[in-house]
Amino acid sequence: MNKSNDVLDNVIIKFAGDSGDGMQLTGTQFTNTAALLGNDLSTFPDFPAEIRAPQGTLAGVSGFQLHFGSVEIFTPGDQCDVLVVMNAAALKANISHLKKNGMLIANTDGFDPKNLRLAGIPEGKNPLEDGSLEGYRLITLDVTKMTRAALADSGLGTKEIDRAKNMFVLGFLYWMYNRTLDHTNKFLEEKFSKKPEILAANLKVLKAGYHFGDTREDFTSRFTVGPARMTPGTYRNIMGNQATALGLLAASQKSGLQMFYGTYPITPASDILHELSKYKNYGVKTFQAEDEIAAICSAIGASFGGALGVTASSGPGIALKAEAMGLALMLELPLVICNVQRGGPSTGLPTKTEQSDLMQALHGRNGEAPIPVVAAATPYDCFNMVFEAARIAIEFMTPVIFLSDGYIANGAEPWMFPKSADLPEIKVNFIKEKNSESRYLPYKRDEKLSRPWAIPGTKGLEHRIGGIEKQHETGNISYDPQNHEFMVRLRDAKVEKIADYIPAQAMEVGPDKGKLLVLGWGSTQGAIKSAVIKARNKGYDVSHAHLRYIKPFPKNLGELLYNFDKVLIPELNTGQLIKVIRDKYLIPAVGLNKIQGMPFSAEEVLTKIEEMVK
Amino acid sequence: MDTTQLSPEKFTAKDLVTDQDVRWCPGCGDYSILKQVQTVIPDLGIAKENIVFVSGIGCSSRFPYYMETFGMHSIHGRATAIASGLKAARPELSVWIVTGDGDALSIGGNHIIHLLRRNFDVNILMFNNQIYGLTKGQYSPTSEEGKITKSTPMGSVDHPFNPLALCMGADATFVARTMDRDPKHQQQILRRSYEHKGASFVEIYQNCNVFNDGAFETYTEKSTKKNETLFMENGKPLIFGDNNDKGIKLDGFTPRIVDLADAASANDLWVHDERDRVKADILARFFDNPAKEGHLPRPFGVFYVENRACYEDSLIRQITEARTSKGDGNLDKLLQGRETWVIN
Repeated sequence: MNKSNDVLDNVIIKFAGDSGDGMQLTGTQFTNTAALLGNDLSTFPDFPAEIRAPQGTLAGVSGFQLHFGSVEIFTPGDQCDVLVVMNAAALKANISHLKKNGMLIANTDGFDPKNLRLAGIPEGKNPLEDGSLEGYRLITLDVTKMTRAALADSGLGTKEIDRAKNMFVLGFLYWMYNRTLDHTNKFLEEKFSKKPEILAANLKVLKAGYHFGDTREDFTSRFTVGPARMTPGTYRNIMGNQATALGLLAASQKSGLQMFYGTYPITPASDILHELSKYKNYGVKTFQAEDEIAAICSAIGASFGGALGVTASSGPGIALKAEAMGLALMLELPLVICNVQRGGPSTGLPTKTEQSDLMQALHGRNGEAPIPVVAAATPYDCFNMVFEAARIAIEFMTPVIFLSDGYIANGAEPWMFPKSADLPEIKVNFIKEKNSESRYLPYKRDEKLSRPWAIPGTKGLEHRIGGIEKQHETGNISYDPQNHEFMVRLRDAKVEKIADYIPAQAMEVGPDKGKLLVLGWGSTQGAIKSAVIKARNKGYDVSHAHLRYIKPFPKNLGELLYNFDKVLIPELNTGQLIKVIRDKYLIPAVGLNKIQGMPFSAEEVLTKIEEMVK
Repeated sequence: MDTTQLSPEKFTAKDLVTDQDVRWCPGCGDYSILKQVQTVIPDLGIAKENIVFVSGIGCSSRFPYYMETFGMHSIHGRATAIASGLKAARPELSVWIVTGDGDALSIGGNHIIHLLRRNFDVNILMFNNQIYGLTKGQYSPTSEEGKITKSTPMGSVDHPFNPLALCMGADATFVARTMDRDPKHQQQILRRSYEHKGASFVEIYQNCNVFNDGAFETYTEKSTKKNETLFMENGKPLIFGDNNDKGIKLDGFTPRIVDLADAASANDLWVHDERDRVKADILARFFDNPAKEGHLPRPFGVFYVENRACYEDSLIRQITEARTSKGDGNLDKLLQGRETWVIN
């Protein structure tokens, strides 16, 4: 049979099904295979907050979007080229994200009367049959039937057989995109090494899906997406939370400090704990505390003892930690506080992304309580920025807030990982001797305005620290009015001093002066970058800079902003960075804001750019 | 640090005094506790630099400022959580937590039960004065029902905690009670608390002479002390009273006071066994209002001791096991992950 083979430079696929359909696994497998074939890629899992929402309903739809290509990929993509739906609810929830004339692969078994009813589709209607999907290239497969047929003589029960359905879909897509089954075969062999019947079943169904594409005559096209022209080097695939865990471990190794991770489970930060708890042979101590407050307090205790104390949470948990953050900054001990942001306020949207905790990071404490803030832009950037957070915390003896969010925490991309030898050393100065003639002065400052770290066990340096206002240098309790103002300003100056020890703000895209600057922070980087590149290709004078250091800002930021006629600040909130920028630099920056629990699409940013530069 | 632990340099109570003025109200029971702690610690064989005092907020929590050791005066209720992290990171340190009834049982109630069940090897000294002193006289979680204070002009309607019953419920491995007015007993209990490997909870009845004066005078005043208190000693019968003329017997699970003058009653007295959990539970429930007719005396001493693995030891054991089975961590291997590909 003659089947055509089209070469594409990038494809966006979304897998959607019931949360029990294994869509996250299917998506991850397709991703890892794409990565191993050298594609650039970006992913976006989108799952419900409920672990097992009622089957077949819209609330239970779980999705995984993957954008892969032979070109540079910055985002998981806007509209999909291919949408795979396992049931009617998945179709209803996602069809608006499919491009016109896009390919729709539907599992017919998920469109029986029961599933149609659960999806809220009017009685007697079936979108697969009523012509409402005209304008899409519809491929219908009875995945359940074919999976059952493939495993008819496996001896497994129907329930177990049906669980392999996702492998059929995966096999079919591997065929369609000319992928090898090797990676997934290997994965299954490891996953089911102790269950040979289940392993055999999965391998068989995966292959059946692949062969199905080969033999069915109505599928005439296959597609090839070649490897991307990426910077030469060795790559791996990485998710944001995983990168955060690795960055912390790297900082612990490069500083020679024991790492103590005190935390309380919360979506979407828990995966950092899961990851770190695997690395006990690196000496990491993970502590699942009784609550968020104990989590941060235990980390403060560990830091007092000379460890690198780290805590992580998401918005609501960070709110609970606020008082202890104030303590850490008064004690002037190193502490890394990771906030994997999610939709708020209150419980908000636990599994959805948002950038609405920036003001909380900057100001969410009692009193004048400045804490440095850094933010990661992409999944692998979590590694770089949490490492920086640890470096600043240790070198400046201060708590540091590291901001990530649900979008990059669960998203994945290829990473040209560093060699440990190429990572900067982090200098730790445990003081061993008295720093004045008469006594040890715990709050004596160095050129960074940082204080010495004398840990228990150091003879002759016994001292007390606490949350009460303290006298300059001695650290003794002081209620002196002049001293208080002096100390408040000193703690602020110390944080501002960090600007001397961070890189200058660089450009992401375009020259450092012109008509329009799009200034972003955090996980909006991919959408902004894609939009700015498109705008420049259309001939518009627009540049992109992306902030990673938010408190303090890089020293050249003001100058950079003044080099542009206009500044656009897109944020997944009602406008938080923009308030800080307007306040500090007195420029009429314009906001682009989205508060839907979803990332920006490049189109949305592009439309705003065009509106501003036309 | 190991060498200092083996042969710590000797120091005296005087070496534990700081250059800070002690600012508790004159006549406060805290002075006696500070004195006993400073008296006992030099004899324990700990290197001074390995001692850490951690406190929360309240009058008692000023304690670390007066101890010439490492110390942290933290935030309200959290000393226990901070000490947990410190002990996990540095198991070789001798960690002491100083807290009060409000700090430990109200705002910090959650952390204390979890510290006890995890059994970190720390010493908790809870100064119980049944009142909020630092905020000037509101009722505390140990104040008796009907207590008239600034915040309860018609009397408190809160039912009080029985701190030691709470500790028993949280599976504490060392539970004891002492009082500020009995220095010898305090010293003895402090020593026992240090010697216990695991979380030691010591409740110290402490008089706040400004906001709750005389709260414990039934137990501390000469005229009533002998009749109202029961000083427990391991392996000895439970005897109390003006002339040691009363004893405690168990009638099933019900404790009864018996008169030792009656020869028949003097047999089969309850012999204190610190390792008997069931009996310790009953003793912790000797919590009657002394005004109540036929009430039981208030016990002092060690209620319960148990040997159980400490959290920090189990944590380190897992790290050692992981290092043995997987080898020491190699950062490059970790960064590389399981699967890589090369782009030329």
